Amino acid sequence: MAELLKTDNVSEVFGGLKAVADFNVHINQGELVGLIGPNGAGKTTAFNLITGVYQPTTGTIDFDGKSIVGLKPYQITQRGIARTFQNIRLFSELSVLDNVKIAYHCHVKYGLLESVLRMGRYMKEEEKIEEESLKLLKIFKLEDKAGEQAKNLPYGAQRRLEIARALAAKPKLLLLDEPAAGMNPQETNELMEMIRWIRKKFGLTVLLIEHDMSLVMGICERIYVLEYGMIIASGTPDEIKNDPEVIRAYLGAEN
Amino acid sequence: MNFLRRNDLIMLIFGIALFALLQGLISAGAISSFWQLNLLLIGINVIMSVSLNLINGYTGQFSLGHAGFMAVGAYVGVVLTTNFHLPLIVALLAGAAGAGALGFLIGLPTLRLRGDYLAIATLGLGEIIRIVIMNIQYVGGAAGFKGIPHLTTFAWVFFVMLFTLFFIKNFVNSSHGRACIAIRENEIAAEAMGVNTTKYKVMAFTIGAAFAGVAGGLFAHSFYLISPASFTFMASFNYLIMVVLGGLGSITGSIAGAFVVTFISAALANWPEFRMIIYALALILLMFYRPQGLFGYMEITNAKIFDKILKRGRE
Repeated sequence: MAELLKTDNVSEVFGGLKAVADFNVHINQGELVGLIGPNGAGKTTAFNLITGVYQPTTGTIDFDGKSIVGLKPYQITQRGIARTFQNIRLFSELSVLDNVKIAYHCHVKYGLLESVLRMGRYMKEEEKIEEESLKLLKIFKLEDKAGEQAKNLPYGAQRRLEIARALAAKPKLLLLDEPAAGMNPQETNELMEMIRWIRKKFGLTVLLIEHDMSLVMGICERIYVLEYGMIIASGTPDEIKNDPEVIRAYLGAEN
Repeated sequence: MNFLRRNDLIMLIFGIALFALLQGLISAGAISSFWQLNLLLIGINVIMSVSLNLINGYTGQFSLGHAGFMAVGAYVGVVLTTNFHLPLIVALLAGAAGAGALGFLIGLPTLRLRGDYLAIATLGLGEIIRIVIMNIQYVGGAAGFKGIPHLTTFAWVFFVMLFTLFFIKNFVNSSHGRACIAIRENEIAAEAMGVNTTKYKVMAFTIGAAFAGVAGGLFAHSFYLISPASFTFMASFNYLIMVVLGGLGSITGSIAGAFVVTFISAALANWPEFRMIIYALALILLMFYRPQGLFGYMEITNAKIFDKILKRGRE
């Protein structure tokens, strides 16, 4: 399998704090990988490094065979990495449909003049965007809420909308930052099914951060465990479950 | 999507009908010259407020220097028509290009700033433009530029205004406009969705400045004399009031705001001391009872009544 994402000795230093150190992960095409760790372990920092929100202090990040260090977040999205946020960041005043439409931005080909004069490719592409957005909303069971303001959606639906919006950017790699946070067990189960299904349907590679162990153990093929900015273990869910280092990090050491 | 074109056509027909009505009244002499001038000013102010709305309302970048760009358009225009005897259309285009280019140059560094800082920076830039013009003797300095040919007619103002409205309406309803609105809503998320935030901030700022330049050209050619005193901070503030009053992020709102503010100040022309008091009171009341402005994010064309009148479905 081809390697899609590879980070090599990436570290991030904030002042005197080493948020992430020697971060080495590789993700193959089509894999579903989990990133877990106690609070403050540096998981979201790792996401921010991959998506270009932070620039790594040292190390390299390769995506699809090319380095993405130094690129701006929007350029990385154009290369094919889309993400969701731990604290939901929807365009809250806009309609659910518009939230998704915005994410098609980097695939729009019509220029400024065409949009102002409503000529050329404008009509055709807008029609296509609307159609595809509605299709995506249908997948995430949001089609009947297309006209509602995003901020008025229930919490679980907002989480789903964020994933739908990320998918509209047509990524190769999808980063999910705690997609099940705040969901009840039943919603989590549905989400798990959905992640599995969209991965197959869109041929995605997924990296997800999650605290809900049933979700992580249930769907991830491989797991990385982060503590104090360092990877302390990696392997299949079964290996991770029985790893003494991981048990120590989560439950404390036995004396 | 065909309903989009139909919508445009209906708006255009409505616009032309309105023009025919007003032009008819003017030709018949039913409107006094004072109100004729105010009709021109309403049109010009609509261009100003809609273009400012693109920057402040849609893209969410708080600019306080809009009158500065208007001044650039005005002075570029009057130099071309008065000193070089070029036609008005050339003056307007050159004014738009000048103001747009300046907006681009100023936008690149200042749009890195956020919120209050950007407001202060643009406020300063508007003043700088005015003071620079004040010190150029070629355009009359502080005394103003005299002998401007009276080229602005109601038709010019009306159709340029119509063009501006269509331009900005179509812009904000495209992927480019959605990118701008995404920046307003959440800059980090917009960037994560592949929007080049710097590019679109500068783009909105440049387009807004260019239309302010056009409005400046129309404004200047409505008078015999223009002076830098017409483009002070208070003028910028006036346009901001129109935008906020109508609703940040609504074109209909900007039209309404420009109309209401211009109409009130004209109607109170004989009692200038009351004008500012009424202004202030109106704004305070508005902020209390309708902080999102008269129209909020609404457009008249999206209203249910409008749908009913046209019996239009979205399918």
